[in-house]
Amino acid sequence: MAHAHNLSIFRGTIKFKSNTQKIWGVLILLTIITAVEVVLGIYKPQSLMGQVLGMKALNWIFIILTVVKAYYITWDFMHMRDETASLRRMVVWTAVFLIAYLVFILLQEGGYIESVYTSGFVKKDF
Amino acid sequence: MDTTVVNTDAENKVWGGGNEPLRASYGKLMMWFFIVSDALTFSGFLAAYGFSRFKFIDSWPIADEVFTHVPFLHGQEHPMIYVAFMTFVLIMSSVTMVLAVDAGHHMNKAKVTFYMFLTIIGGAIFVGSQAWEWATFIKGDYGAIQTKGGNILQFVNTEGERVALGDFVMTGAHDRVHHERKNGIWFTDEGTLPTYTLQEVVASFESNPDLLIRTQILTKEGEKTILSRDESLKQLKTNGKSVVEGANLHVNEYGASLFADFFFFITGFHGFHVLSGVIINIIIFFNVILGTYERRGSYEMVEKVGLYWHFVDLVWVFVFTFFYLV
Repeated sequence: MAHAHNLSIFRGTIKFKSNTQKIWGVLILLTIITAVEVVLGIYKPQSLMGQVLGMKALNWIFIILTVVKAYYITWDFMHMRDETASLRRMVVWTAVFLIAYLVFILLQEGGYIESVYTSGFVKKDF
Repeated sequence: MDTTVVNTDAENKVWGGGNEPLRASYGKLMMWFFIVSDALTFSGFLAAYGFSRFKFIDSWPIADEVFTHVPFLHGQEHPMIYVAFMTFVLIMSSVTMVLAVDAGHHMNKAKVTFYMFLTIIGGAIFVGSQAWEWATFIKGDYGAIQTKGGNILQFVNTEGERVALGDFVMTGAHDRVHHERKNGIWFTDEGTLPTYTLQEVVASFESNPDLLIRTQILTKEGEKTILSRDESLKQLKTNGKSVVEGANLHVNEYGASLFADFFFFITGFHGFHVLSGVIINIIIFFNVILGTYERRGSYEMVEKVGLYWHFVDLVWVFVFTFFYLV
């Protein structure tokens, strides 16, 4: 509990003097990311509507920004940065692996069913 | 149990309790385990949402057209603004929570009290906003026609702007009376009837040549398909089944009823987490005021409830992305 806080983010690029300062710094970062998401969500720039890996480029940007936000909430607000490496891996790797697995399978299956619907209930016409 | 020695050298015995593997206390570890399992529950819901969305990828409602309202700004469309405000409120209450934890590390009771109070206020604002969002969604705004196949037909003018049922439907004599328990069989009744009947809507549509029908199907540009006048009349007359106003678990004027089901289920489950978080925060808040943790010599309980509170914020970040943005 009383162990020292790791006060630098961006791999040491930005260093804060106290834990309180770091909290406000992270708030500013999260606010900027949310603002960018909202602006992109409202204006939907045409240049980002192209398909990348089966999804709109804009959607990938949203997902990446969300993961970045989740990282800072977990690492700095939940103090994951200050926990031992084994606790961190136990929590993060387990969750990331299981969630990625589940999401991959369900989205794959959803896409398959959609293709059955659109191609007249016949997937392959031999 | 007075005869037992309270202070044994438990810290030195590996299996005697009192030692801290991973240098985290028992309570904090258990909170982390709970958070991992709860995260898996939420990802199950969100992945199921993704499944249904991929399944109906070319007819899913556009969130920007569904969530356009801001309190006190009637009749104006501001997609995303209110939900962005809600996100900010939740992040802000996360910040005050982490400040409370930090003040707890310095054993500063006054500051912990103050920041816990702000956190509770933030949570309450969020839950209230959520309730308002639900109420707006349930009430609906334009109204639509449901087809026999369960699809939704919406009304637009020749410029493609949405037209509400109330703006063009002329009411005739209602041929359908709301069935209540007192008339007829006493144990049967029915839900609220829509304001207009299907016949009234069809008749008014026919006499109004400027109106067109918009279907659920998305065009290549990601907009809803608008039918020609002849197509519109044909669809309405052959496939129209009932009038839909607003959304519930059976029907949804915005499009696929699955969308409404997932909206109620996921934001409801998250809102329930926020509500229970606020209640736990209030309990801890009173414990802080009473000096429980001051006497205990550590504010670790604030830290543990803080972990839960940040987790709720974390989940909202994902719900925000997958429900409102993507």
